[in-house]
Amino acid sequence: MKITLNNNAEEFAGESMTISGLLKEKNFTFKMLVIKINGTLVKKTAYETAMVHDGDEVHVLHLISGG
Amino acid sequence: MTFDQLSAILKTKKVGIAGCGGLGSNCAVALARVGIGTLVVADFDVVARSNLNRQYYFLDQVGLKKVLALAANILRIDPQVNLICHDTRLTSENIPSIFAGCDIIVEAFDLAGQKEMIIETILSEMPLTPLVVGLGMAGWGMNDTVHCRRIDNLYICGDEISEISPDLPPIAPRVGMVASMQANVVLEILLNSEMTKI
Repeated sequence: MKITLNNNAEEFAGESMTISGLLKEKNFTFKMLVIKINGTLVKKTAYETAMVHDGDEVHVLHLISGG
Repeated sequence: MTFDQLSAILKTKKVGIAGCGGLGSNCAVALARVGIGTLVVADFDVVARSNLNRQYYFLDQVGLKKVLALAANILRIDPQVNLICHDTRLTSENIPSIFAGCDIIVEAFDLAGQKEMIIETILSEMPLTPLVVGLGMAGWGMNDTVHCRRIDNLYICGDEISEISPDLPPIAPRVGMVASMQANVVLEILLNSEMTKI
């Protein structure tokens, strides 16, 4: 499937995957994240169940301390 | 638009400031200087000596509640600003009521976990309210890595890389840059939305 991840075109095997699978595949290891699929917030509790499909627009924002 | 014209518009606006540390205190002061009508400021902390390397407080304010010290400093700049102070720790439960009615909310926390909490809360409970976050401003130099970008109603200011650590502290110049960028985004949103009405 082809998706847009953080404004970049990316291709993954299969027709769909969970957010957890996507984070693992991309090796995104930050603990503090905000994730949106097609503009909708995915809460942390839904990372195992929320699915990413072909054509989706996904944003993964890494949060870091400082202020 | 003249300064008087833009101040007249901003006088009708209400902006929430979540946290009154390096980002929040400097952003609030910048917004007060240009004539924002109402500022809702929230923080549970007191001013510490170590805060003075970046936060808009003075040595004789060490030990005071940050919201009260910030209110005092803003009122010295412009006594017309309507200040609503919440001396409390912000949570996902109280954020929607504390910032109800705000045209924009500025995220000005220090810890990543708190940033995650307020972004999740605003996006799910107040999705129509623009949220301006500060992300990545530790250290010095690297002017050209600081940027601003937008994901829907979420605006991100900072370099998104520089996390604070003992060897990379948050200090006045870069923290002030990001705080000013956040204030600048607030003005852009408020004034541009007003201009499209004309």
